[in-house]
Amino acid sequence: MTADLALIWPELILTIGGLITLMLGTFAGDRQVGLYQLAAMVTLAAAAAAVVTFFGTDTTVFSGTLSVDSFGGFAKLLIYAASFMCILVAPRFFKDSMRAEYPTLILFAALGMGIMASSRDLMTLYIGLELNSLAAYVLASFMRTDDRSSEAGLKYFVLGALASGMLLYGISLLYGFTGTTDFAGIAKVIGGEMNIGLLFGVVFVIAGLAFKVSAVPFHMWTPDVYEGAPTPVTTFFATAPKVAAMALLTRVVIDAMGPAVGAWQQIIIFLALASIILGAVGAIGQKNIKRLLAYSSINNVGFMLVGLAAGTQQGVEGVLTYLLVYMVTTLGAFLVVLQLRDDQGNQVESIPALAGLSQRRPGIAAALAVFLFSLAGIPPLFGFWPKYLVFEAAVNANLVPLAVAGIVASVIGAYYYIAIIKTMYFDDKSDTEFPKGTGTVVEDAVITASALWLSVIGYLFIGVLGVLSASAASVLF
Amino acid sequence: MSGLPILSLMLAVPAVGAIACAFAGDRNARLIALGATLVNLALGILMWAQFDVGGAQWQFQELHEGLFGRFNYALGIDGIALMLIVLSVFLMPLCILASWEAITKRVGLYMAMFLIMEVVMIGVFAAQDLLLFYVFFEAGLIPMYFIIGIWGGANRIYAAFKFFLYTLLGSVLMLIAMIAMIREAGTTDIPTLLVYNFPPEMQTWLWLAFFASLAVKMPMWPVHTWLPDAHVQAPTAGSMILAGVLLKMGSYGFIRFMMPMFPDASAQLMWLVFALSMVAVVYTSLVALVQSDMKKLIAYSSVAHMAIVTAGLYALNQQGIEGALIIMLSHGVVSAALFFCVGVIYDRLHTREIDRYGGLAVNMPAYALFFMLFTMASIGLPGTSGFVGEFLSLAGIYEASSTVAFVCTTGIILGAAYMLYLYRRVVFGELTKDDVKAMPDLNPREWAILAPLAAVALWMGVYPESFLAPMRGDVTTVVARLAPAKPAGDAHLAAGKPKAAKAGDHGAAQGEAHHAGGVQ
Repeated sequence: MTADLALIWPELILTIGGLITLMLGTFAGDRQVGLYQLAAMVTLAAAAAAVVTFFGTDTTVFSGTLSVDSFGGFAKLLIYAASFMCILVAPRFFKDSMRAEYPTLILFAALGMGIMASSRDLMTLYIGLELNSLAAYVLASFMRTDDRSSEAGLKYFVLGALASGMLLYGISLLYGFTGTTDFAGIAKVIGGEMNIGLLFGVVFVIAGLAFKVSAVPFHMWTPDVYEGAPTPVTTFFATAPKVAAMALLTRVVIDAMGPAVGAWQQIIIFLALASIILGAVGAIGQKNIKRLLAYSSINNVGFMLVGLAAGTQQGVEGVLTYLLVYMVTTLGAFLVVLQLRDDQGNQVESIPALAGLSQRRPGIAAALAVFLFSLAGIPPLFGFWPKYLVFEAAVNANLVPLAVAGIVASVIGAYYYIAIIKTMYFDDKSDTEFPKGTGTVVEDAVITASALWLSVIGYLFIGVLGVLSASAASVLF
Repeated sequence: MSGLPILSLMLAVPAVGAIACAFAGDRNARLIALGATLVNLALGILMWAQFDVGGAQWQFQELHEGLFGRFNYALGIDGIALMLIVLSVFLMPLCILASWEAITKRVGLYMAMFLIMEVVMIGVFAAQDLLLFYVFFEAGLIPMYFIIGIWGGANRIYAAFKFFLYTLLGSVLMLIAMIAMIREAGTTDIPTLLVYNFPPEMQTWLWLAFFASLAVKMPMWPVHTWLPDAHVQAPTAGSMILAGVLLKMGSYGFIRFMMPMFPDASAQLMWLVFALSMVAVVYTSLVALVQSDMKKLIAYSSVAHMAIVTAGLYALNQQGIEGALIIMLSHGVVSAALFFCVGVIYDRLHTREIDRYGGLAVNMPAYALFFMLFTMASIGLPGTSGFVGEFLSLAGIYEASSTVAFVCTTGIILGAAYMLYLYRRVVFGELTKDDVKAMPDLNPREWAILAPLAAVALWMGVYPESFLAPMRGDVTTVVARLAPAKPAGDAHLAAGKPKAAKAGDHGAAQGEAHHAGGVQ
């Protein structure tokens, strides 16, 4: 038991750090923004450092319910980094309504996501998922006085509860028909004869998790919640939980259902294609940039699922690389959105108001153009590379029709990305003024760095990324 | 062959220039862009001078293995790539000069986009790694999207979207084919892939996927419809580079990838290329005949010329391919010049309507002369670059199929019809319109652009060997690669029968025997 505790330092640090942050907020007051913000960020940095030290270990703790391996480590690093950024940008957005609950909730959500990414048992899976979800529901409605925010929280909660129900139903079926909640044990039984009960279990578990990654047809909540939630929270939703849920889904289908590829592969293929197409078509005609990015995230999840559908190590490597690049791009894009303020200091979310942005704020517009082209996967921007990897995995797994359908549908997606670029670059200036100086030095630096990395510099990291994702993915095979 | 990494340098100079332009003021941006393109032109000429004709197939090779992890930074050129790179670096400074006064808003961004375009073009022709090629090939979409969309005409946004989505849709299928090729051959190295024998049934699919992409880029009928829109809306220099070099990326892909990599499929599907080319030659020429917009007319003539290129390439013999390559170079120079000629009068009157002009020979004699020269070159008059290419490629096509040669030749006649008709309406006739009367003749800047273009068009027409020599060996390689699969042509070549030797003339009889031996 004590030996096990020594292996879960990241989780311990997050728990203790989260409690300390909560105490600081309670006793020092919500005004001491710098204090609790710093505490939360130090906690995340420490947890990330702990993850790095465990990178390369491959073992399980607590009777095999939680794994300590580089797959979980890879996902956790991404999750902590995204959480870190979301805490960093929050005070400027919330101004006076910033409260200590925000970093605390993010810390506990990060804890839950870490557990999701390392779970090896249906019970730990559910605990991690719910810990993350409950924190997320509150975060969505963090601006209590704002109708849209409250509505987003409520919607997220109701639909999330439904998804949890489906997931639990699936879990109970899997447990009932296999007699175990352990992934390895399930895999052993599932490798034998498939029966209708097991199949239903598989379907319901995947459906529940598909809700979390917002894959079509379980995506309905995404645009509304992304639009309604405060922008830093949307940034959080679009990055960290995506990574966690995708890692979890990967682990479940490969680890627990690996032997029954035939049973889940077609489901994943359907989810992938539906997400790519609906994510692309739904985005056309959106007037709100946050809604649009919501559809973009649905679209991108579809591409990740293409890699997962391959069911091979190469496919999982592709998914992991995709997650990393997607996270950097999305963080960058949302940081840009956070900087879009008119002369009254109000957030601008309407896309038509961005007309002529390239002349008012050339730097911001160029960065957003880089992020959007990258999300569309147009070379030479680095967003092309993960798309290439997942399609390569699909072709190598003899899923050529899937690859062809996916890549053709990606052209539909390109349409709405270049439509925003058209608004920013081709259209005449709108009436909205965009005064400069809306971002801190750190934010500007992060935007610049990620835009540069996503232009051509990222290609120099392909080798490193390949090694990292291969060592992470090899754990599952 | 010196230690200088000349290809990397040619990529780096415009790339650095582009970054500098993006931050520079209007005036400085123009100067930086001109400087960078001139440096690249000098490097290109240096490279041409150092190119060892008849030497190794691949020269100026650079390889940094593992720089991009899964694929390599591998550059290198053969004669075909050399000529296309030289064409690109030759046109670029002229494009910059052509936009000197016409572009007044956001000059820095404009020049940056053009320099990025140059990086992309050189990268496409120099890449020796399949994925590196694809990255460059696709990267061209972004700067062209901006060039058409920001500085284009009234309907520029529609044209920019159409250009972007159309060409993207084509090229994604090529990516899937490339993935399958890499999987099959286990390498991304283009010279290795060029001699790899893909299974014939796989070749057909790969060929079709490449065809889908390259035919759009070319563009071939019926996927050419983006081109007239893009040309009409693009600024003058954008049209010049689009017609001059970007279209050649498609035909370069034909000769670099489709023909040597998939020889069986090429032979099997040559009827498809022939059929589409024949339709294109006749149909687009007829469409060009009825255009009232000058740029649209030249755009359609581009489609017709590129159709002769594809037919020439798919004749799969030495003459056909050499001729097609010369048309590519010639069309690169001539169509760029014609678009510039349109630009010259557009800058003065701000309309492309043919009817708004007339009688320019009176008040713009120098302009009329240049326009005449390029019109003739486009038609293919002997002495101009167009003739060499069209004659050679038609001779090659005739060897493969006389029907195709017959149909393609009508394209030359129709070409003469629409070009001369255009010339008559714009340059000849009465000078009646007041605003046309007020148009001044060429200024020194326009002279500086048209004179080199004219010189090259004549050079290529009078002494094409300068351009053919570097490419000949590479064409022979491709032809040899295609030889086992190539179907017999319908031209049954037979050697002439020499007259019977006079009795007692010993020497002549021996000569005849030798001759007969030679025919075998």
